[in-house]
Amino acid sequence: MSTRPTAVPARGRLIRAGVLALGLTYVAILLLAPIVGIVWTALKGGPHVVSDTLAQADVRHAFFLTGIIAAVTVGVTAVLGMVVALVLARDRFFGKRIVSAIVDLPFAVSPVIVGLAAVVLFGRGGWFEAFFAARGIQVIFALPSMILVTIFICIPFVIREVVPVLEELGTEEEDAARTLGASPMQAFIRITLPNMRWALLYGVALSTARALGEIGAVLIVSGAIQGQTETATLYVLRALEERQDAAGYLVALTLAAVSVLVLLGIEVFKRRQAKEMGR
Amino acid sequence: MAVSTLERSAGSRPEQQRSGRLRRLPLGRWGLRGVALVYLGAMVALPAVAVVTRGFGHGFASLRDAMAVPGAAAAIRLTLITAALAAVINGAFGTLLAYILVRLRFPGRAILNTVVDLPFAVPTLVTGVMLVALYGPNSPVGGFLKRHGVQVIFATPGILLAVLFVTLPLVVRAVEPVLLELDRSEEEAAHVLGAGGWTTFRRVVLPAIRPAVAAGALLTFARAIGEFGSLVIVSGNITGRTLTAPVFIFQLTSQFKGDEAAAVSTVLFAISFALVLLTERLTRRRGDEFS
Repeated sequence: MSTRPTAVPARGRLIRAGVLALGLTYVAILLLAPIVGIVWTALKGGPHVVSDTLAQADVRHAFFLTGIIAAVTVGVTAVLGMVVALVLARDRFFGKRIVSAIVDLPFAVSPVIVGLAAVVLFGRGGWFEAFFAARGIQVIFALPSMILVTIFICIPFVIREVVPVLEELGTEEEDAARTLGASPMQAFIRITLPNMRWALLYGVALSTARALGEIGAVLIVSGAIQGQTETATLYVLRALEERQDAAGYLVALTLAAVSVLVLLGIEVFKRRQAKEMGR
Repeated sequence: MAVSTLERSAGSRPEQQRSGRLRRLPLGRWGLRGVALVYLGAMVALPAVAVVTRGFGHGFASLRDAMAVPGAAAAIRLTLITAALAAVINGAFGTLLAYILVRLRFPGRAILNTVVDLPFAVPTLVTGVMLVALYGPNSPVGGFLKRHGVQVIFATPGILLAVLFVTLPLVVRAVEPVLLELDRSEEEAAHVLGAGGWTTFRRVVLPAIRPAVAAGALLTFARAIGEFGSLVIVSGNITGRTLTAPVFIFQLTSQFKGDEAAAVSTVLFAISFALVLLTERLTRRRGDEFS
């Protein structure tokens, strides 16, 4: 029995236990301890802190604004992200590698730089300032620029999830549908879209989480005007600066809780996708 | 026979095949290309060009002036050092965690797999708030550390912890798929020939996953350089000591020093862009090996 090739000798088992313990300790100290810290700090004030904070008009408006920005961002990056993914997976043209690098750029560029770029484009003396001012559209210190910078930051997620799935799928099923008389639109909606739905949803979940938590770029372009252009993350920042620690921690905890729900969604999508890819 | 092979090889030339595939989609080939390029051009390339143009506003002289802005050089140095440390530490622990997730079976593996993705979901600002809640001067842990002369928040350890938290999944998720694909028979052969666990890992597993580890570490480095949300909370605005470059840029913009901010941004942007191109190259080479 013990001559089984995969049998691990006692010393090997000890090393495995050591490796496992090391990895788990790292995760516990780095990831889990801070979570315990914030839950304890946010809730130690008692239940009335929760109701007081969530009743504040500023807090409600901040969550509302964050919701709008996230919804628009996710819609735009999902629809246009699918187009880019189709082009990257199926097309060949001069400069495709540069396009691919451009898609990855938002992963690496600091959000602060993104905010600054929006100021250069739309701010005082900016490239497009006169154009929008003439039409009475306020871009900077208003919702449009806040949405634009969030879209920039969320662009890669859907694309990077969908491209490998499209490459793996190939075009046989689509070709069959087209041969049988389906229009391009029908083939896309009936064949391509269902085939890539889990990857798409995974990308959307990552995008949502990122959009909900965005701060650097939004902080610069919004001006963080209390009750007007203040998102949930900006509210947390102000609350901590004004020493309203309880309210700040609680809103931060709420954001984290929503994000964790999104994460669980991500996990479900990922399993489904892995299952479908593996069939 | 010869003719048919010739025909087939001509017909399946990748260029023709690929653009043909695209033509069968809604909007057609040029429509899709157009939408994709306009989208990326307007949303990503234009802002990038805007920052770089502004940064080089007065030619290279303005760039040199930017580095002479008090605190700029120190901020960039601190950013690069903490990012490099994060890449090394999470490079090692990320590989370890990927190995644990792929090769070891233990109760709670699914939970660990989910927990590793936490930093993808938790807003970075909240990461900063969490670290202050745990290590801040008013918390039991922070108080204990302070009595022993260790300051975490508003100091370099806090910055490093925040960056490590935010970038933890990157190496794990880069290495994991490669480990999954790896043929275990080589490891078993090494084992049968008398190699110990560590030797097998070092001589057989590590060479195979090295490109993935490098790509993950580069991504960690790039992500760490740009990190803002957690650091604006944790770093405590001491110019020249605890300010990383993105926080420094933010401080400049809030003082209406747009030129200086754009110049420092251009330096940071150049580093990020180079890293993206390098990562692209690394992952591509790995892909070529498989095909």
